[in-house]
Amino acid sequence: MSTAVLDERHAAPASGALVVNDFSIHVATANGSGSQSSNTILMRAIFQMGIPVSGKNLFPSNIQGLPTWFTIRASKEGFIARRRDVGVLICMNPETAQEDVRTVAPGAAVIYEESLKLDASRQDVHFYPVPFQKLVLELVQDGKLRRLAVNMIYVGVAAWLLGIEMAEIEKALAKQFKNKAAAVDINMKAIRGGLDWAEKNLTKKDPFRLERMNQTEGKIIIEGNAATAIGCLMGGVQFLSWYPITPSSSLAEAVIDYGARYRLDPDTGKPSVAIVQAEDELAALGMVLGASWAGARAMTTTSGPGISLMAEFTGLGYYAEIPAVIVDVQRVGPSTGLPTRTMQGDITSTYYLSHGDANHILLLPGSVAECYSMAIDAFDLAERLQTPVFLMSDLDLGMNNWMADPFPYPDRPLDRGKVLRTREEIEAHIARFKEFARYRDVDGDGVPYRTLPGFVDMPAATFFTRGSGHTERATYSERPDEYKNNMDRLARKFETAKKYVPRPVVSGTGSSIGIIDYGSSDFAVEEARILLSRQGIPTDSLRLRALPFTPETSAFVADHERVYVVDQNRDGQMYDLIRLEVGSDAIKLRSIRHYDGFPLDAETVIEGIRAGEKS
Amino acid sequence: MSTAADPKTPLTNRAGLTVKEYGGSKSTLCVGCGHDVITRQITQALYEMSIPPYKVAKMSGIGCSSKTTAYFADRGHGFNAVHGRMPAVATGAMMVNPSLLAVGVSGDGDTASIGAGQFVHLLRRNVPMVYIVENNGVYGLTKGQFSATADAGSKLKTGVVNDLPAIDLCAIAIELGCGYVARSFSGDMKQLLGLLKGAMAYRGTSLLDVISPCVTFNNHESSTKSYKWAKEHEIPIQEIGFVPYYEEIFVDYDPGTTQDVELHDGSHIRLKKLRADYDATDKGLAMALLQEAQQKIEFLTGLIYVEPSKKDFLQLSNIGPEPIVSLPEEKLRPSPAALDEMMASLT
Repeated sequence: MSTAVLDERHAAPASGALVVNDFSIHVATANGSGSQSSNTILMRAIFQMGIPVSGKNLFPSNIQGLPTWFTIRASKEGFIARRRDVGVLICMNPETAQEDVRTVAPGAAVIYEESLKLDASRQDVHFYPVPFQKLVLELVQDGKLRRLAVNMIYVGVAAWLLGIEMAEIEKALAKQFKNKAAAVDINMKAIRGGLDWAEKNLTKKDPFRLERMNQTEGKIIIEGNAATAIGCLMGGVQFLSWYPITPSSSLAEAVIDYGARYRLDPDTGKPSVAIVQAEDELAALGMVLGASWAGARAMTTTSGPGISLMAEFTGLGYYAEIPAVIVDVQRVGPSTGLPTRTMQGDITSTYYLSHGDANHILLLPGSVAECYSMAIDAFDLAERLQTPVFLMSDLDLGMNNWMADPFPYPDRPLDRGKVLRTREEIEAHIARFKEFARYRDVDGDGVPYRTLPGFVDMPAATFFTRGSGHTERATYSERPDEYKNNMDRLARKFETAKKYVPRPVVSGTGSSIGIIDYGSSDFAVEEARILLSRQGIPTDSLRLRALPFTPETSAFVADHERVYVVDQNRDGQMYDLIRLEVGSDAIKLRSIRHYDGFPLDAETVIEGIRAGEKS
Repeated sequence: MSTAADPKTPLTNRAGLTVKEYGGSKSTLCVGCGHDVITRQITQALYEMSIPPYKVAKMSGIGCSSKTTAYFADRGHGFNAVHGRMPAVATGAMMVNPSLLAVGVSGDGDTASIGAGQFVHLLRRNVPMVYIVENNGVYGLTKGQFSATADAGSKLKTGVVNDLPAIDLCAIAIELGCGYVARSFSGDMKQLLGLLKGAMAYRGTSLLDVISPCVTFNNHESSTKSYKWAKEHEIPIQEIGFVPYYEEIFVDYDPGTTQDVELHDGSHIRLKKLRADYDATDKGLAMALLQEAQQKIEFLTGLIYVEPSKKDFLQLSNIGPEPIVSLPEEKLRPSPAALDEMMASLT
């Protein structure tokens, strides 16, 4: 787990000094022991106290028994990236208890099951032994519920230790159990039991404390996958096909759940989005291409192994020019890798996915707000440019809890692109361009017009979609000039894409040091920039939001003496792509790489930059 | 079908179209290929059924057979997918626009090997489409390797003997709940036409496993997929008649010798029994028939199994009759109030 490294901010406080609203709570349990509800209640109660908070689940690929950790970070400054050092540890898993205690920061508070006898293992932390097993026997009559309710006891102990308001815990509990009175009662009794016992038997020795703030009013807490799902539904998705895979399944399930409530045709009560659980990822993307070819906004959601399987159909989508939205919630590869850990590992493979020459639009959401907005963008781009578009989320963004402002209503209608739906549109097109030719570049932007099967009875408007060589009229061809003509147009189209993709976000005030990052790295990078600036090292930053690159990236590298590229992968995948992009300026680039499966933290970025600046 | 009074005027169907208007581009297959015969029967069936050609979605995978969707109904859109993956593409298209008639043409390599997984799930879902396998037991485009439907013991021209048992696509289809399972022979044009018309009227997946000899690589003496072998061994189990929904039925039939199958749209398939006591709606009999044919190395053709009223995938998925693809934008984007409600649940 966490290493015992502390940065300056978190040095053990002077005796008696409080650490308020600025530490991490780390809960160690066994998978499947039902701790998720307790952890969510803890996190929500802190959030309801107005304190900025984030929750991360570090879980195993397992249903029951293996160790799992949940980290809640409270940060008065609004930092919501992972924090490397642990302030408060709740030790419920005997299997990992020794290791868990070894890795907390000096001065940490450790709540643990009394019988584990951990207090001899370290002298520099504050131990709070609690007889959880004994207490649960007294507090919960139903033997079957005890295994779950024991986790509620630590909520009570933590509430006493840290000063979490009981009213907010009660509110969070009611929300968690959807006001089911029996469940609320049993769990509340366990929480109160924990609190009362702690009050009577423990003496507070550690400095950590939570105090009410007003920084979360009107905010939402949401997982990235749910945010993407809402974006897809607001973006007019009409077809979803998916194959279950961690960490993307919850995205499809959120589309199903929200879709069942918010995407029913009011006239018929029937769904306006068709959803199919496919037999594999090959079929999932095949169905998407079929639905999209027929005229629907169509998507699939997957992770790395699925992306590998989709390579062939992606090539077809690129070459036959069929819109598709593919969400990749990235996890640690290669192969099965670490299925429940996070990585930005699919950047280069997805950018060029397919045999032959191919390149694709990648959107790089850096927050749950962008998961939402870029899901809408993805459909518009896919139809505007008639090509597969990849929304590159990751496990950290997708499956963890993030605080955000409520998502705004879309400010523009759906962009359906160059599609001729009616006889009038087709006739006008033919009058203007002499004929309908599916793959002819009549506008000079590389993007041709398409028609849809079964819409208009006009022989002049039909065409044959194929992955084999084709002419401008979509007929079979192996002629060198026609092949080249088509491939050159596709390259032109990719240039056009640069006009439409989200631009990078550039910030800074003229430092000689630049940082380029993307995706979920942004929270850690922004925190690192603030802390570096306090340490007298100001930095500028450019956060990429899409591939292909737009001119801002080269300009940013040109404007800085040294540019650190932050990747969550071993090979510096984005670093490599930027090297190709910036030509001779590549000499300015340095690479910071984080790839242990855990979310990026600010310390890693700070260490990378400080090491680079020393050399 | 209407008849023209003036003999010079070409015949037109109820859609006002001539059979020529159901044609496609010129075939590039070998002269004498069984597939071209099947193409002609598909063309004829579409014409006789008066299906508006622009409503035909021609689906295929990769291989000689899959090229043939370019050879008919070029007034409709076509989609030549990747190898073995036509079922997925067709599923996506039909889910959002069931007003199309999907006509899929595949081959034995495309269906029984690389596409076996997708074929299985297409049948399991009962996606509405006609799925034709042009089965010649051999990979033609890659010059004559055995496919998974080649009979055990059959021999390539090069002398290579196939030791593995053949996959019986009809048996698989019945097992997986397919409600329209037929076997035919490209040399038996009348039977094939009747089976195709029934398939086009059927709601759900209809499978036609059509033995279609490869004149270049698998038409020799020791092949069980040659014209000669098929002609000598074909045993039709019925004579197939098809009465479209718009024609009145007034001819009586003898249930002892003829089986009448009414489809959901009111069309009728009339099966004149050539094999006494065979009931094409009896799954057990159908499986037994296929097993017997396999043991005796018989080539039985006809409508092997039919289950006339079965829910298709759209019905099973609660998809409404109006194609999702036709819904206006206001039905595709939740209202501001709906978004507010979603946001409120997350505070």
